[in-house]
Amino acid sequence: MKTIQFREAVCEAMSEEMRKDERIYLMGEEVAEYNGAYKASKGMLDEFGPKRVIDTPIAELGFAGIAVGSTMTGNRPIVEFMTFNFSLVGIDQIINNAAKIRQMSGGQFKCPIVFRGPTASAGQLAATHSQAFESWYANCPGLKVIVPSNPYDAKGLLKAAIRDDDPVIFMESEQMYGDKGEVPEGEYVLPIGVADIKREGTDVTIVSFGKIIKEAYKAADDLEKEGISCEIIDLRTVRPLDINAILESVKKTNRLVILEEAWPFGNVSTEITYQVQEKAFDYLDAPIQKINTADTPAPYSPVLLEEWLPNSNDVVKAVKKVLYQ
Amino acid sequence: MQKITKETYLKWYEDMLFWRKFEDKLAAVYIQQKVRGFLHLYNGQEAVLAGALHAMDLSKDKMITAYRNHVQPIGMGVDPKRVMAELYGKGTGTSQGLGGSMHIFSKEKGFYGGHGIVGGQIPLGAGMAFGDKYHETGAVTLCYMGDGAVRQGSLHETFNMAMNWKLPVVFICENNGYAMGTSVERTANHTDIWKLGLGYEMPCGPVDGMNPVKVAEAMHEAMERARRGDGPTFLEMKTYRYRGHSMSDAQHYRTKEEVEEYKKIDPITQVKDVILEKKYATEDDLAVIDKRVKDMVKECEKFAEESPWPEKNVMYDAVYEQEDYPFLQHKL
Ligand SMILES: Cc1ncc(C[n+]2csc(CCOP(=O)(O)OP(=O)(O)O)c2C)c(N)n1
Ligand SMILES: [Mg+2]
Repeated sequence: MKTIQFREAVCEAMSEEMRKDERIYLMGEEVAEYNGAYKASKGMLDEFGPKRVIDTPIAELGFAGIAVGSTMTGNRPIVEFMTFNFSLVGIDQIINNAAKIRQMSGGQFKCPIVFRGPTASAGQLAATHSQAFESWYANCPGLKVIVPSNPYDAKGLLKAAIRDDDPVIFMESEQMYGDKGEVPEGEYVLPIGVADIKREGTDVTIVSFGKIIKEAYKAADDLEKEGISCEIIDLRTVRPLDINAILESVKKTNRLVILEEAWPFGNVSTEITYQVQEKAFDYLDAPIQKINTADTPAPYSPVLLEEWLPNSNDVVKAVKKVLYQ
Repeated sequence: MQKITKETYLKWYEDMLFWRKFEDKLAAVYIQQKVRGFLHLYNGQEAVLAGALHAMDLSKDKMITAYRNHVQPIGMGVDPKRVMAELYGKGTGTSQGLGGSMHIFSKEKGFYGGHGIVGGQIPLGAGMAFGDKYHETGAVTLCYMGDGAVRQGSLHETFNMAMNWKLPVVFICENNGYAMGTSVERTANHTDIWKLGLGYEMPCGPVDGMNPVKVAEAMHEAMERARRGDGPTFLEMKTYRYRGHSMSDAQHYRTKEEVEEYKKIDPITQVKDVILEKKYATEDDLAVIDKRVKDMVKECEKFAEESPWPEKNVMYDAVYEQEDYPFLQHKL
């Protein structure tokens, strides 16, 4: 094993796949000469040259669409959005073209493309720069949505996403790029659509994904001191959802808390809640609790942002609630 | 256009110096983590604002821009203390601490933001002009954007409609050479951004954006055209930003020498040179202004420091007009 940063995991995954497959290229704002706005493509221009590591103007609609179009003539693009907030400028090409080309053409075209970049809040960046669209993309048939929470998962899943023959939304975080973690020296790929039990426990199941899962770890540490044992499931993939992993855990703990950094109305947590009550109603000893951001655009002020974001304290409270403590 | 007089020059000197020092102060308090998030500073581009303000009718004309937006509202009459407080995230800020650095607004003073999505403000600017034309207010909107933003589809769609409908708007590209680390020549196969107007037969041209006189003259002509009902103009202001894109920019994409070259045509220095040459004021007179500017900036800092944090309910109250909107609860 070796220890690398999250940004290096992303870079290694892209580079390893590009070495093997000439059809893959990386395109986006500042990905080449600047080495990526968050340095996730450091050294890639030097290695692969400007034909395959391509700086774009600020034109998300255009380059998202150009990348989708190039899949129709044999490419396998990786498109970086500087953040997924800006993917909204190009979302028409993702939803109306990438997700539908295969179906509309009756299977004649496939669309092997990865759209990647950071999602959700990253400090005091205010309303337009703090949004989590996992549930928006996950709502759309034709897409797969991956949201890793550590370097190991990021590398293995990004390689899987690049190899996948369907369009994949791959969401990272500005606040994770510096995180360090162990990865194998050699090559490995992780399966899409498989959740991971990050921590085994017996009293309550906490489901989360992405950078916010760290708040669940903190909460579980605190709760452990009080004798409460939490099982933490990292979804890793949001669509397709590994509902069986959640059900198995809930059948053991009988209690479920979901932590997701997203607006509360109609998000990934609500879908999980629906499926669990449908498939494991008799196993639940308490109503499911979900913890999200406030039902408002993100505020700038530090005091308001703290109130807006879910934190480990909220997780502790929710766990105690489902335990009737 | 009002004549450019001794008073104009002295005002330009004081205003531009204040904007520069205000931004410098923000950089300093950013390092102390009193201001956080992104921080995009205007240093070097002041003449584009100073010249425009001279040509505007501040009783009705409006302005909209992107996220490099701290000093424009100040120029339009917003209390700089409240702008500083917004950057501190305080309740006394222009948006009650909700917007921060990228989102300064003042409906009262005609400053319509403060927008963070590159190119997103371009249709809004045309829309403001649409409203003014509809209501026959005689007002003109100045719609600013960066050299990076002109590559967005929003510009092209908007140009077409604004021209077709003869909207009273002036589109101004502040070409400061770079969009983050991307120089203009790396974004397109042409570098004369003003020529983008030609495809729509929109009056357009380049302007020396380091000289407020040149800016004022070009702006006046464009604003008169808009006011006459002859529609939009597209001006490319050739300018330069001295600081990094935001605070975490190592600036490997340019040389120190390049920055120094531009500082030789610094807008404040240019105005100062005219003042001294024409004997509008002495060095001693200017020293008095310098001191006043310094004190004003200090006052802004003090106000921001001492202001209270916003109340928690502001986060909800600001979202809808409806007063009893049933928000979902997110914390137990
Ligand atoms: C739609 C969108 N894409 C990307 C970004 C990230 N971003 C913020 S500023 C910027 C560069 C813009 O440069 P320019 O338009 O020249 O304005 P300047 O910063 O020079 O004033 C980029 C890429 C964004 N905010 N919005
Ligand atoms: Mg620029």
